[in-house]
Amino acid sequence: MIRPLRMAPAALALAALAAPPVLAQDVNLARNLAATCANCHGTNGNARGDMKPLAGLQADKIVAMMNDFKSGAMPATIMHQIAKGYTDEQIRLVAGYFAAQQPKK
Amino acid sequence: MNPLNDPTRRRLLTAGATLGGLATLGLAGCAATPSGPSIGRVVVVGGGYGGATAARYLKMWGGNVDVTLVERNTSFVSCPISNLVLGGHKQMADITRGYDGLKALGVKVVQGDVTAIDAAGKKVRLASGTELPYDRLVLSPGIDFMLEQVGGLQAALDSGRVAHSWKAGPQTVALRRQLEAMPDGGVYALSIPLAPYRCPPGPYERACMVASYFKQFKPRSKVLVLDANPDVTSKGPLFKKAWNDHYKGIVEYRGNAVLKEVSGTTAKLEFEDVRADVLNVVPPQRAADLAVKAGVVNMNNRWVGVNWMTLESTAVPGIHVLGDSTMSAPAMPKSGHMANQQAKVAAAAIIQLLKGEAVNATPVVMNTCYSFVTARDVVHVASVHQYDAADRTFKTVPGSGGVSAAANQIEGRYALSWADNIWADMLAA
Repeated sequence: MIRPLRMAPAALALAALAAPPVLAQDVNLARNLAATCANCHGTNGNARGDMKPLAGLQADKIVAMMNDFKSGAMPATIMHQIAKGYTDEQIRLVAGYFAAQQPKK
Repeated sequence: MNPLNDPTRRRLLTAGATLGGLATLGLAGCAATPSGPSIGRVVVVGGGYGGATAARYLKMWGGNVDVTLVERNTSFVSCPISNLVLGGHKQMADITRGYDGLKALGVKVVQGDVTAIDAAGKKVRLASGTELPYDRLVLSPGIDFMLEQVGGLQAALDSGRVAHSWKAGPQTVALRRQLEAMPDGGVYALSIPLAPYRCPPGPYERACMVASYFKQFKPRSKVLVLDANPDVTSKGPLFKKAWNDHYKGIVEYRGNAVLKEVSGTTAKLEFEDVRADVLNVVPPQRAADLAVKAGVVNMNNRWVGVNWMTLESTAVPGIHVLGDSTMSAPAMPKSGHMANQQAKVAAAAIIQLLKGEAVNATPVVMNTCYSFVTARDVVHVASVHQYDAADRTFKTVPGSGGVSAAANQIEGRYALSWADNIWADMLAA
């Protein structure tokens, strides 16, 4: 129990230096949430076949698409139903994760 | 108590792993294994949608995790899309994939049968005599059948006279051959067990696919659906519309048709005997034998209870169980897609546990099941499940999810792309 307490100030200092500050658990959360999309959109957003690739798309574009699916502004076969299952914060995390992925050719 | 939280033990593990790492430095160039000490050993049993995904994501996310995947078959054969093989629209090669992608990632793939699980000693024994020690064990064993519930079914399956074809592979081939050998004018009867069972819409898709084959090649033949459930359990209006639009006079549906006994290819129900030329019985199901062997079947003497934040068994610590064997959360289907999603929750949690870190307290899983109603027209059902901390289970999000407005060919293409993407996701190939 002593070691984590000693580590804490160092970890806080590191977090303070990083800009923008992103906690490791948020990085994992974004990664975990994005992985729920992989079954159709490919591992890390590198889709095959007729599915839309998400790797490397701009985050705000992904957020806008998901919002349009939610509102019905963008017609869909299935995404209007799936988009409604995620919170705005979760969509923001997912979008940031895919934006940071390198599309594979 | 997690022994990995004990600093002394952690240092010992690290030291041992470093020595092991040094010994294999000469091989470092061959595999995609990162350098540095291993954070732990994970054995995964079952190379289907759940197990293969767990192995892949443990490697991809965990880096230096020793991952061993034990699978009894040499290759993966998908249940999803296998109904298209029955309909003659796909071949076995189309639904068969290898494990080379996982091997290239550094997963040790061992072909073998698990004969014993020693949860106290943390090791798995194979039929070959090999023992595999683990820090965390993942079981993704699928389902086995409650054959004792239907008289004569065991013997009928053993003789090959009746096929279940609810595990893809030789059973898929066997049923396809029976359908091909059946004369025009014959009756194919499909018995469906009471829910819950693997792949809720699967039997109704199968009825469509066999009917599509009959319509083209044996138009005087019949598909007789004998459903133990009172009504179609998934996408009911969409399947019924397909039967009416495409297979009128071919498909006949009967609800509350509980199979009591099998005699030859005759299905004996409570009040009548139904003679068939080809009898296909999807038997009542439970968690697979391996789960029984591991002592993790603790729900209704049938399924495995799990902690949904980690997929760890509620009966035996250190054993994580994925997929169809689990006691499903409310409105959670037993599907390959769901097993893949659960595997990612488990992989993330296992890595944190091996590192002595907190696990994700807000996991999400979602499901998409595409069903073919003709060779090209498809209907879907989708759902999103968020973890509910108060009730410690996954719950569907109100207002989300749903089914197709109507069968359509766009989703026919999506369904095949779904298969390509999920197979690549789980097998890294």
